[in-house]
Amino acid sequence: MEKTHILSITVENESGVLTRVAGLFSARGFNIDSICVAKTLEKNESKMIIATSGDAQILEQIVKQLNRLINVIKVQEFTDDDSVLRQTVLVKVNADETTKGDIFRIKEIFNGRIIDVSRNHYTLEVTGSEKKIDSLIDILRPLGIKDIVKTGIIALASAKKII
Amino acid sequence: MNHNRNNNTKKNLMTGSKIIIESLINEGVDTIFGYPGGAVLNIYDELLNYKDKIKHVLVRHEQGAAHAADGYARASGKVGVVLVTSGPGATNTITGIATANMDSVPMVIITGQVPTNLIGNDAFQEADTVGITRPCTKHNYLVKDIKDLARTIKEAFYIASTGRPGPVLIDIPKDITSSVYEFDYPETVQLHGYNPTYFGHHIQIAKLASEILKAKKPLLYIGGGVISSNASAELFELAELLDLPITSTLMGLGGFPSCHPLFFGMLGMHGTYAANMAISNADFIVAIGARFDDRVTGKVEEFGRNAKFAHIDIDPSSIGKNVKIEIPVVGDVKSVLSSLLEVLNGRNEEISEAKYERLGWLEEINAWKYEHPLTYKMNDVIKPQYVIEKIYELTGGEAIIATEVGQSQMWTAQFYKFKNPRTLLTSGGLGTMGFGFPAAIGAQMAHPDKIVFDIAGDGSIQMNIQELATAVQYNLPVKIAIINNNFLGMIRQWQELFYHKRYSFSEMNVNPDFVKLAEAYGAVGLRAKDPDDVVPVIEKALSIKRPVIMDFIVDREESVYPMVAPGSPITGMLLV
Ligand SMILES: Cc1ncc(C[n+]2csc(CCOP(=O)(O)OP(=O)(O)O)c2C)c(N)n1
Repeated sequence: MEKTHILSITVENESGVLTRVAGLFSARGFNIDSICVAKTLEKNESKMIIATSGDAQILEQIVKQLNRLINVIKVQEFTDDDSVLRQTVLVKVNADETTKGDIFRIKEIFNGRIIDVSRNHYTLEVTGSEKKIDSLIDILRPLGIKDIVKTGIIALASAKKII
Repeated sequence: MNHNRNNNTKKNLMTGSKIIIESLINEGVDTIFGYPGGAVLNIYDELLNYKDKIKHVLVRHEQGAAHAADGYARASGKVGVVLVTSGPGATNTITGIATANMDSVPMVIITGQVPTNLIGNDAFQEADTVGITRPCTKHNYLVKDIKDLARTIKEAFYIASTGRPGPVLIDIPKDITSSVYEFDYPETVQLHGYNPTYFGHHIQIAKLASEILKAKKPLLYIGGGVISSNASAELFELAELLDLPITSTLMGLGGFPSCHPLFFGMLGMHGTYAANMAISNADFIVAIGARFDDRVTGKVEEFGRNAKFAHIDIDPSSIGKNVKIEIPVVGDVKSVLSSLLEVLNGRNEEISEAKYERLGWLEEINAWKYEHPLTYKMNDVIKPQYVIEKIYELTGGEAIIATEVGQSQMWTAQFYKFKNPRTLLTSGGLGTMGFGFPAAIGAQMAHPDKIVFDIAGDGSIQMNIQELATAVQYNLPVKIAIINNNFLGMIRQWQELFYHKRYSFSEMNVNPDFVKLAEAYGAVGLRAKDPDDVVPVIEKALSIKRPVIMDFIVDREESVYPMVAPGSPITGMLLV
């Protein structure tokens, strides 16, 4: 069955690592739904969070292949249950006198912020789970979404799991 | 070493070129295969100063250098080293690198690169070598700072030769080869992300031991991992201890003596009837350093359909890739097998009982063997299989045999009874025509006193025939046996079987006169047209201590049998 999988990949911070990792996915016909990369606190280390979907057996292959890369230090697989998954979205929506109130209410409900305002548009920033972001988009769509950008998912092992 | 450090002067300063060569010497390298060009001229200039320590073999095409280094590595177990220039020099090695990568051969390829300030400028003879070779190397490097040079070379050799071996490429810009830095070759490497598992897990090994004892119809299915981890002796001991029947992949041939009564030949597409039947009837199959390639398994759902599987492999990503494995053991084959032997040590009662229990199983396999042995029909033209048999007999199975790709390769696998590991050099994974001859040159460099053959088709040999000049130049007495059917034989065979004999562009309508060609290069050319010529021609070739081409004019439309059609279960064999 096709399922979303979140991989957290700790890599050595060397040029070409991103290509090596991404190349593994493309070579096996695996789509990357989102990818986030940034340095960790460790010198010379970065963490990549990759969201991908596909059947579990192919994923197992990918994890093994990732571990084979010399620059990959560690690969973890996350699910909703054992980790916190978040992403941030910026949405620019049409705003006029009749809808501004709605947008404010939506912002409140989703615990977001309005970070940019022009005469005809508001830009909202909302962070949350994939589901939360999806429902935000559903609600805003009728108002007219002018532009949207998502950061892609980031993930951390849940504190509960460690205890 | 003789460089006494003087406190007042800078320590051990060297050019990048000298650092490269000193590093190679530190790695025990004494032979490299290469071809010069602008970006590596500094290195080549320095190489002249090391003539007594490093033999450089000047090939005639960089692909030849890569295959020769590969053949050197396969035959010797050492890391093969290649030195070529940037751009076309580097791109010419790609087929060779991909070939080595597929077959897990340890190699270090040093490519020149344009100077750092020109990288990315579409400079003359610039290619993104690291980008191009990323998917076909085990790892690769672009050295951007001379400070990293020695460490990179150290790492490259370490990565190439440990774990599942493979080719590692180092791309070195020209300015780095001329700049100067202190040389201090590191003793160890620090690679956080690279820790191959060498020892198998003891619980898994114990499980494996008891399953092997329990099985009524066990079978060992061995692959190239047995050879690359030098595990033949342990395998032999295990097989004899428990009377375990063995079948091998193409890459595993030589890992166990072919004439041994427990050996039932190669399995898979052109495997023996006995081997393929054994796979399908076994109740417990232990895959050892093999990777369940589709040419081996046929229809994978049917492969070993009555068996549980154990799999010993150094590469976790090989395990469970195509077939579900009950007992995975990650580790070096040699180490795992010796642990297994230890676990079995002293369990004599269980062992003799197990052996007794499986007498019937061995009889069953032997019956298949006698029912459909490997065979062919003689007539008044030369049969390719006959040539291989005679090469086997006249070399006593002791030669190193490189092959090209196609029918001649399969006949070699079937009819040359390999005795020893590292004596069959063949491109199993990539199936590279043009591999065999340069690989034979590399093997002959590694073993000057051994008899080295390349068994070739008339198509394949023309893919790197230019290396005849190399063989002549270095006086390497490689014997090329051309199984000449004036066809791309294996293609013709597929067209015969699956395309109603529509021989679309598989006929080699024009071939050179290989005897004259040999002579033109300064080698010796011999021809056999009649079955009676075969033995004298081989004998003559063996008596000549120079490169020889033997042109065997064989039955044009002979096919390789047994054959399993691609995607069919391996029991569905077309027989002679
Ligand atoms: C570089 C390369 N190109 C194409 C092929 C496809 N191929 C596989 S076998 C074969 C025919 C080989 O013919 P020949 O060398 O004459 O050997 P034969 O099969 O006749 O023994 C070809 C073209 C290949 N394996 N390698």
